[in-house]
Amino acid sequence: MSDPQDPFPPGAAAPDFTLRTTPDQSISLSELRGNPVVLVFYPADWSPVCNDELAVFNQLLPEFARFGAQILGISVDGAWCHNAFADARGLQFSLLADFEPKGEVARRYGVYRDTDGTSERSSFVIDPEGIITWNERSPVGINPGAGGVLRALEAMAGDQEAETEG
Amino acid sequence: MSGSYTPPTLTIPPGPDDWSVGPEVGPVTFVEYGDFECPHCAAMEPILHELRLRAGSEMRFVYRHFPLTSSHPHAAIAAEAAEAAGAQGAFWPMHDILFANQQALAERDLIGYAAALGIDADAVAAALVDHAYEPNVREDFMSGVRSGVSGTPTFFINGVRYDGDYELDAIARAVQKAARLAH
Repeated sequence: MSDPQDPFPPGAAAPDFTLRTTPDQSISLSELRGNPVVLVFYPADWSPVCNDELAVFNQLLPEFARFGAQILGISVDGAWCHNAFADARGLQFSLLADFEPKGEVARRYGVYRDTDGTSERSSFVIDPEGIITWNERSPVGINPGAGGVLRALEAMAGDQEAETEG
Repeated sequence: MSGSYTPPTLTIPPGPDDWSVGPEVGPVTFVEYGDFECPHCAAMEPILHELRLRAGSEMRFVYRHFPLTSSHPHAAIAAEAAEAAGAQGAFWPMHDILFANQQALAERDLIGYAAALGIDADAVAAALVDHAYEPNVREDFMSGVRSGVSGTPTFFINGVRYDGDYELDAIARAVQKAARLAH
């Protein structure tokens, strides 16, 4: 199996990038300083409906909002594909197109799979200063869920009423 | 991050607040996180039924809600209807009706199912309007998220997420193994 490198580690500054979110809009990681960012790499749009971690993240948007956190999905699919996918699934957060050069951001984060031509399923939590505080990579075929991301955001928020569930 | 992988575990163990069938005290507790509008969950129903028959007194079966409303717009209200029926002692009959009719889960359908079950349909209707059981459903959902549920159905066997094949024999073997380990 292709597993060439480890994901970019906690404690490191998150590599900056500028990627399209729609055919005519882009977003840069550095623009989001001041708030936590959750970066969710996933292999491809259009994976099976009911076993889709993105749907879970979508449903957790109110939870992420409590932390002021911005959630970004990212895959090697193009912006048009993302558009159609987000529409069909009712996803209400941005999907980044790591499309040209293909998978470059995934490579910089250490989560690109050469054999498949996609990123791995891997999430990063980035603090308001742009430092990676947590990451997780899941084995192929295993969906990690969002529990780790929530716990990482809670840890970041420290003792600020993070323990109470909505 | 590399190295051995261990499946996630249930953060909130099954307790008296859960909907369960089967023996209270037995070697295996099987938890399903499900969504009444999810076709994969409905497809699992006969398999889970057979699993319960095979496991007999060895296994308690627990159902928790994990409605993914972006894909399944009626999933949350259907879960609330099951809770409302549960308040009248009819959780499992409603659970079965919902899975058997998952293409018809609009509010009027849900109220109709309550009437068909012979429970107080007006009370169910009122609970749906007020979203009286939304917090219960949300609580299940969040416990699932924190336990590593990323889609439906997701199963936990004695607290450990089941990552194997979703075929009867494979699941039954996992249950038997858990029973052996518990004895």
